[in-house]
Amino acid sequence: MKSKDQLEVKINPDWCKGCGNCVSFCPTNVLALDHHGKSTMVNREGCILCGMCEKLCPDFAIWIGGKEDE
Amino acid sequence: MTSEIVQKYFRIENLPHIWCPGCSNGVVTRALTMAIDELGLDQDNVVVVSGIGCSSRAPGYLDFNTLHTTHGRGLAFATGIKLANPKLDVILIAGDGDVSAIGGNHLIHAARRNIDITTIVFNNNIYGMTGGQYSPTTPTAAKGTTAPHGNIDKPFDIAQLAAAAGATYSSRTTAYHVNQMVKYFKDAISNKGFSMVEVASICPTYYGRKNKSGSGVQMMQALKNDFIDKMAYEKLPEEKKEGKHLMGVFKNITLPEYTAEYQRVIDALQGGENNE
Repeated sequence: MKSKDQLEVKINPDWCKGCGNCVSFCPTNVLALDHHGKSTMVNREGCILCGMCEKLCPDFAIWIGGKEDE
Repeated sequence: MTSEIVQKYFRIENLPHIWCPGCSNGVVTRALTMAIDELGLDQDNVVVVSGIGCSSRAPGYLDFNTLHTTHGRGLAFATGIKLANPKLDVILIAGDGDVSAIGGNHLIHAARRNIDITTIVFNNNIYGMTGGQYSPTTPTAAKGTTAPHGNIDKPFDIAQLAAAAGATYSSRTTAYHVNQMVKYFKDAISNKGFSMVEVASICPTYYGRKNKSGSGVQMMQALKNDFIDKMAYEKLPEEKKEGKHLMGVFKNITLPEYTAEYQRVIDALQGGENNE
């Protein structure tokens, strides 16, 4: 298991279909859709790594992963 | 690139999937892999079966033993698999139309036998794949392409239907309530008998557009707002009960399981006491 300071939200824009679940249900409002309609992190410091975005992403395009991972 | 859980349990080469933007099928499918992971099941011992429909595409993306069968007959195939090798963990993924219309008889008889199969229904209240025809779970007055003036049928309650037919575990949750969904999947898979988990799901493309339900996000928000645990519902004042849908565990009992009973007959006839 990685500790919290080794983790971050990761996004695969190629798989994101822009449904907006992650943006709308994020409890700290740290995500937004960019000008291509893809999910993007706008406030990394505000992210509490709760994993709500990962649970509600239908496209497996956003997740909590290790900072060092590919 | 994607999460560890998706890399472990999905056929990455088949992703991204074909489901529409906002469709909840991906949320439910991922929750199933969470449940399997938390239970520590052997990936090679799990069989995921499906019939036909949007939800029935799920096994194509999952890295277990998978079978994509004919419309409504997923439970018939699953019954054959379970009887041939009762040690397997057999899970059926079905849509509301697949399991309660075309496969309605397979559902009630699999439930009646209490065979150890976990049935997960992605209930989006419509036939999505074929273009938005009303299904047996489309609410009265809701619209579909085959009910342009509103549906006059009364809908099935799939969780209660399975419970009444003999399932020993039956529950309902929604695609929004992911933690509860994972717990229900784990309880259903662990139950030695027929288990039903109905997951209230969303189809923004057909159900949503036909019924002006808004975006996928708004439909997810509606799942969050409109579904209430059946215990909490009882305590609500009458004026607040309108428009609420019930979720929770409707049945959880223990009864003899079909393949175990069948094995008893085999053992008795192959040299048990009855054979002497």
